[in-house]
Amino acid sequence: MSGRRSGSGVSSISDDQITHLVFKLQQLIPELCARRSHKASASKVLQETCDYIRNLHKEVEDLSDRLSQLLASIDTDNDQAAIVRSLLM
Amino acid sequence: MNNPHRLNPTSLKSRFTTRFLRALTKIRAQKPISSSSPTEIFRRYRRIKVAADKSMAYSVRSRRIWSRAMLCKLRSRSYRRQDPCSGRRSGKTNQAIMKKSSNENTTTRREDGVGFVEEADELRQLVPGGETMNLCNLLDETAHYIKCLTTQVQVMKKIADFYSF
Repeated sequence: MSGRRSGSGVSSISDDQITHLVFKLQQLIPELCARRSHKASASKVLQETCDYIRNLHKEVEDLSDRLSQLLASIDTDNDQAAIVRSLLM
Repeated sequence: MNNPHRLNPTSLKSRFTTRFLRALTKIRAQKPISSSSPTEIFRRYRRIKVAADKSMAYSVRSRRIWSRAMLCKLRSRSYRRQDPCSGRRSGKTNQAIMKKSSNENTTTRREDGVGFVEEADELRQLVPGGETMNLCNLLDETAHYIKCLTTQVQVMKKIADFYSF
């Protein structure tokens, strides 16, 4: 391979596009978004993204666990549902 | 103009909340919550976790590669429950998804010094359907997936807090 991009009729991804997408991702990660003006390296952004997603997965698991123990007291009739929804504004 | 005091009924958060609350009601109604045996609690935990993922995937529908992949996985899980031999069927569906995404640009392995192939592969393991995505899609899908995960966490936290008192 001579390092050419295999197009097969489709335009290849430009470096700028990648950089832009990586930067967009950086702004979603709490660890990194403080450095809004400074672009972290793509490698760092992806690494932090993986850690962040793993944390979120763990949070979902912990919350599911918590909810499974609370389930007996959950009475999700229409009124309750409305109350909860109002809390989520 | 967004009215901050009203929940937009068409927002992702709203769709997810409605579905998830409905699912919780169903789970609660399925078995009387008298027994607190570890097995029962674990079963409930699994059901709630699946309900959370399902509610999110259905709220996004097929608009995203990751949600399509997740819906496919959820459906094949329920097929397998009913019929252990239907694993092959789900394999074919997965291949269909793979063909769809990998027809696009295939330069996922770049030798011109981009240098984050390993991290990208790691990310691919975490995002549903990631193995089939080229780099551009992966980054785009990841951003959306993260937004949805944070919504999911936010809503579940509020519900848990509400019923904790």
